[in-house]
Amino acid sequence: MSILVLADLHEGELAATTAHVVAAAQQVGGDIDVLVAGEGVQGAADAAARFDGVSRVRLADHSVYAHQLAEPLSALIVALADDYTHILSSASTTGKNVLPRVAALKDVSQISEVLAIDSADIFKRPIYAGNAIATVKSDDALKVMTVRTTAFDAVSEGGSAAIEAVDTVVENTQSQFVKEELAQSDRPELGGARTVISGGRGMGNGDNFKLLDGIADKLGAAVGASRAAVDAGFVPNDMQVGQTGKIVAPDLYIAVGISGAIQHLAGMKDSKVIVAINKDDEAPIFQVADYGLVGDLFELLPELERKL
Amino acid sequence: MKILVAVKRVIDYNVKIRVKADHSDVDLTNVKMAMNPFCEIAVEEAVRLKEKGTATEVVAVSIGPKAAQEQLRTALALGADRALHIEAGERVESLAVAKLLAKVVEEEQPGLVILGKQAIDTDNNQTGQMLAALANMPQGTFASEVVVEGDKVNVTREIDGGLQTVALTLPAILTTDLRLNEPRYAKLPDIMKAKKKPLESKSPADYGVEVASRVSLMKVETPAERKGGVKVASVDELIDKLKNEAKVL
Ligand SMILES: Cc1cc2nc3c(=O)[nH]c(=O)nc-3n(C[C@H](O)[C@H](O)[C@H](O)COP(=O)(O)OP(=O)(O)OC[C@H]3O[C@@H](n4cnc5c(N)ncnc54)[C@H](O)[C@@H]3O)c2cc1C
Ligand SMILES: Cc1cc2nc3c(=O)[nH]c(=O)nc-3n(C[C@H](O)[C@H](O)[C@H](O)COP(=O)(O)OP(=O)(O)OC[C@H]3O[C@@H](n4cnc5c(N)ncnc54)[C@H](O)[C@@H]3O)c2cc1C
Repeated sequence: MSILVLADLHEGELAATTAHVVAAAQQVGGDIDVLVAGEGVQGAADAAARFDGVSRVRLADHSVYAHQLAEPLSALIVALADDYTHILSSASTTGKNVLPRVAALKDVSQISEVLAIDSADIFKRPIYAGNAIATVKSDDALKVMTVRTTAFDAVSEGGSAAIEAVDTVVENTQSQFVKEELAQSDRPELGGARTVISGGRGMGNGDNFKLLDGIADKLGAAVGASRAAVDAGFVPNDMQVGQTGKIVAPDLYIAVGISGAIQHLAGMKDSKVIVAINKDDEAPIFQVADYGLVGDLFELLPELERKL
Repeated sequence: MKILVAVKRVIDYNVKIRVKADHSDVDLTNVKMAMNPFCEIAVEEAVRLKEKGTATEVVAVSIGPKAAQEQLRTALALGADRALHIEAGERVESLAVAKLLAKVVEEEQPGLVILGKQAIDTDNNQTGQMLAALANMPQGTFASEVVVEGDKVNVTREIDGGLQTVALTLPAILTTDLRLNEPRYAKLPDIMKAKKKPLESKSPADYGVEVASRVSLMKVETPAERKGGVKVASVDELIDKLKNEAKVL
């Protein structure tokens, strides 16, 4: 078995998710290469080389790979694909954007959001918003798959893999980067945070999310939101937790003013401990919460912040 | 410019599914089916582009059982001009769907193809990307804003870190995210009119596409259910439980 892991980058740095994908690759078993593709990403390659279990880092550092646009990046991976039996990435928006393209170009299926690896060709994945778990067997010679990073513990660091430059430069006349507006935050990243506090429509407006910020600061938590809160413009899209947003599985998830629709639960029900704060004691969120506190969030949040 | 929209028939998003007792699959007998919500957003965007004069014709296509024609009629009621149904089993895999759509693209030569970012049943999030690869077109996935300008389309994409804008050369593939638009409801007169709009039916064989499955479904299980816990009476009790019982503070 030989496995290629596509590294996730965030503003040119190696994203924490990559260590989880390497862990999934270890469960498949075999030689593991990590592909770092971008512009000015030597630092990310150095970081990837330190992961345990990585045999080699392949570094494609060129302006055509800047911002990891799908068209050139998929062409690059296809050019390397013949060396591998498995190609893995995280189920990040980059992985989801690029890998299905690779799969189609290699005429194979893609297995999405893998959350367990039974063998080199049998995998478990959630369907129907996580209300069912399917065990699927891929009959393709090349397995292309995205991995749900919350389902695999990160590998540790201590390795020193060789870094090899990839000279392949593909052409891209089809797509062009225009701009990026990235959320700036000193808080932990939502997908990897140990504690997450999320607000829903009950927060009333964006300003009131400050009530969550204070608590998040005390707990070192990331702040998330329901779709309703994002749609209403309270907070930006990158904060949406759920079936069609981000999947989180922290040690502690605090849902405030969130009713608990199945699409929201799909994104957080694997959290270790769930706390719900809601004024409606019949809200469905209480059916999954370990600790429920019924009451008005505008009174309870300031009190919680004070007492923590 | 012509716009092609792919719509999928899926379980209604409000329905809680059940897994069959023999774990062979989920049980879809007698459950309410509907158009995939992301596909509704795709149809809406296409119709708006037509209303603005950017597009001249909107063609909806669906691959699936005969009943998928219901969702095509819905697309027609929402403003699509004609529909194409490719009759196939319930479980055509994304790659086969993309291959069929690529053939339709070849035939229809649309300037834009709009798909949902993900079907809420299998949650794959891959068909549009696969189609883009097979049709050799650029892709704007997870779109929250689409602006057509000359021979380019500017697409704002919802990505993990925030928003990214790319400029794509037409023809291009788009997949919709939740905030692209708010789909309208079909009005009764439009539903009546839709019954008279053209709906053509074809088979995968007409396109010479093999829909054989590459991924076999071995088992479907219900995930471990979470049990509801306790209600606490006060903030003090909550903090105490989190500290001393759950040990997460
Ligand atoms: C295709 C599709 C995809 C979707 N994807 C997602 C997704 O990824 N993530 C997601 O979250 N949703 C998603 N949804 C939406 C989902 O169905 C719900 O509409 C949404 O989660 C509701 O958000 P909410 O709980 O914040 O709002 P509501 O359901 O309106 O709940 C608000 C809650 O706040 C409580 N409240 C109000 N005021 C107070 C107060 N002062 N104090 C305490 N409590 C208060 C109320 O009792 C209520 O329970 C999706 C829907 C569709 C159709
Ligand atoms: C339990 C189970 C697990 C499965 N796992 C996998 C798997 O891991 N990999 C795999 O390749 N297949 C898998 N399949 C097969 C799966 O049914 C098909 O892949 C799926 O039906 C095709 O759509 P999608 O969910 O991939 O669409 P997505 O890529 O999630 O849908 C995106 C958009 O594509 C368009 N679209 C998708 N299907 C159609 C259609 N039939 N007609 C018109 N437009 C369409 C729509 O615009 C839709 O919004 C699985 C099936 C089952 C039952």
